Amino acid sequence: MKISSSLKRVILTEFILPLTLLIIGIYHGLMQVFYRAGVIHQASVMHLSYYQGLTLHGVINAIVLTTFFAVAFGHVTVTFYLKKEPPKLSYIVSLWLMVIGTLMDAYAMLTGKAQALYTFYAPLKDSPVFYVGTAILIIGSWTAFFGWLKIWFQWRREHPRTRMPLAILGTFVNFIIWVVCTLPAAYSTIVLLTPWSAGWVATVNVPLTRMLFWMFGHALVYFWLLPAYVMYYTILPKVAGSKLFSSNAGRLSFLLFLILSVPVGVHHQFSEPVFTPGTKFFMAILTYGVAVPSFMTAFNIAATLEYAGRKQGSKGWLGWMLHLPYLKSKNFLFGYLICGLILFIFGGLSGIVNASYSLNAVIHNTAWVPGHFHMTVAGPVFLSIIGMSIYLYAKLSGKDIKYKYFATVVPYIWMIGLVFFSHGMMAGGLMGEPRRTNLGMSYTNPESPLFNNHWVPTTTSTLIGGIIMTTAALLYFISFFATVFSKPVREQVLELPVSEDLHHEKPLPILMNMKPWLVVMFILILFAYIPALREVFKYSSSVKAKYDVESPVLIQDSVNVKNAGQVK
Amino acid sequence: MNKYEIRVMLVTGCVMIIFLFALLYNAFSRKIDVPSCVPYSKIFEHPQLKKIDDTTYELYVVAQMWAFAPDEIDIPTGSTVDLFLTSKDVVHGFNIDSKAVNLMAVPGGVNTATIKFTEPGTYNIVCHEYCGAGHQNMLGKFVVKDE
Ligand code: HEM
Ligand SMILES: [Cu+2]
Ligand SMILES: [Cu+2]
Repeated sequence: MKISSSLKRVILTEFILPLTLLIIGIYHGLMQVFYRAGVIHQASVMHLSYYQGLTLHGVINAIVLTTFFAVAFGHVTVTFYLKKEPPKLSYIVSLWLMVIGTLMDAYAMLTGKAQALYTFYAPLKDSPVFYVGTAILIIGSWTAFFGWLKIWFQWRREHPRTRMPLAILGTFVNFIIWVVCTLPAAYSTIVLLTPWSAGWVATVNVPLTRMLFWMFGHALVYFWLLPAYVMYYTILPKVAGSKLFSSNAGRLSFLLFLILSVPVGVHHQFSEPVFTPGTKFFMAILTYGVAVPSFMTAFNIAATLEYAGRKQGSKGWLGWMLHLPYLKSKNFLFGYLICGLILFIFGGLSGIVNASYSLNAVIHNTAWVPGHFHMTVAGPVFLSIIGMSIYLYAKLSGKDIKYKYFATVVPYIWMIGLVFFSHGMMAGGLMGEPRRTNLGMSYTNPESPLFNNHWVPTTTSTLIGGIIMTTAALLYFISFFATVFSKPVREQVLELPVSEDLHHEKPLPILMNMKPWLVVMFILILFAYIPALREVFKYSSSVKAKYDVESPVLIQDSVNVKNAGQVK
Repeated sequence: MNKYEIRVMLVTGCVMIIFLFALLYNAFSRKIDVPSCVPYSKIFEHPQLKKIDDTTYELYVVAQMWAFAPDEIDIPTGSTVDLFLTSKDVVHGFNIDSKAVNLMAVPGGVNTATIKFTEPGTYNIVCHEYCGAGHQNMLGKFVVKDE
């Protein structure tokens, strides 16, 4: 379909801007594996320290890129499936807010005013510019969603008898989760951290900020993932030459994500004080619950792919795996989706280990954790983002993809690199190798008294993997930016591959109405977080603490000098 | 929904339930559990090792930028240590080598766990939460010796 040039420009910007920043993000990924493998024994390279680089890596790759893409892809699915454009005001304002927020964050990170990593744990202090910038970025993404809601209600009035398209359900579920989970994060950054960072209040309740962060933080990972799920359910069947096995099951898994994504945040806090084991166990149960929609998706997509393979004449139980359209440049999207899926099997299984309550003590905050989540966020999430970005960019700008063979092999190279990367990280993690640590300065420096030779082979495997992944990323950048700088050669259209259903399924009423699910979502959130919040206030206390990453001395500002006598 | 689909959901559900029971079994029968907490109080900001009886110790560890206090803890083999952990400044980590005792030191909160040392040796304590520029040097240790 044709779309207005203003909407088109907004969507294209939402691809180009984060992918340009991603160059910085990938560069720091590569640097991290060099430091960690003990190739670099320094605090910083080119005036950016390891931890500043890690902050940039986390914020750009996992917050900026993912949020921009979720919004751009949301514009695409909503416009395409409802055949209506969102209100111009909403998408323009949304883009501006997201750009301003991103620039504020970039400024704070590059000047060293924010280097407390992407989780910004107090009482390490970031500049208020960073807290406010992040909040503005998030509010920008909400604005886009409000625009979609408006045209959705119009559409429903005009099509009272048509089912909500699956892609729209996925997108809306995702943004409902997003709006709900960003509220605690917004409260924490704007109400608690900004005044504290600006020096208007002296104390902060650290456990409270952490609990609020993780109410957001776990749902964040589903916000990364659900656009990829939308592609698995509505695009992959088509590009695989198949039909979706069951769209009802697809609906059910989206709705299960809706109710279970938020009330599980404490599973990131099994090792922390302030929550009782009972609260921790309750959230472990709910987290196991989220495994169900993921297993359902695995089954549904595998059945879909099996059908594709059988159509090509495959034999035996697993023969269909060999009859899929791998490495076909006409069909390059398939590679991005299938490689992501393969990685996600291992990402998901290692995730169950993390979620397993007391078992978590073996791996918490070790290198295992980034080993695990690069198979999710740098697996299906990242691959589907970059694959879809170049696909839609070419369609919307009417250009040919340049160096298409590069674009075709990228996901396979990336997947191979990630195998070495995650193997090294996870093996190291099982031997206690810490994450978020410039190992090259101490643990992997033979000159240091802290040297630990067990972590040399593991970090070396990570290094090899990181180099292969960076190579894949470079090929992608060449293809993407060569396309961006080329001339349009055909009509500019908004187009998505559209999958059909394999079976005619009766619509189940419970899957057609979102309201009961929203109610259950809120009840579960209350059940999970009212006890958690009470425990925070029972077991913890605010402290007068505010520190710069460079110095163990309390930052003095006017309030804490004035009130020095009163604050306990 | 198709019958295989329903079976997959049931099997997934059963597997998760088996896992949950395994966790409960460990928590109640083998005393392998997540750390617990006590209400915060300033007392815990004073590092000390108290001997309760021949085999039991009470240990207060305070994490700060960029060392643990005490940073070396000597105890005899066979001791049981009741650990109370907090932080004086920012958030730190506390992961004991080959012990699966893995805690966060959070200012304003007190983490507790019980550790039994049955084998002599040196057990490193790695800070595994980013705590500022010196984070990669933050290492403590337990030295467990036969008496
Ligand atoms: C060339 C590719 C990449 C390499 C070599 C790489 C490497 C690394 C390494 C070594 C770490 C752990 C550092 C530490 O804990 O000390 C890390 C953390 C991380 N990476 Fe990557 N990465 C790559 C791509 C990505 C991508 C594509 C994403 C997401 C879309 C991503 C998201 C993250 C996140 C969220 C963290 C955690 C940051 C933190 O702990 O604060 N990475 N990366
Ligand atoms: Cu989580
Ligand atoms: Cu540390």
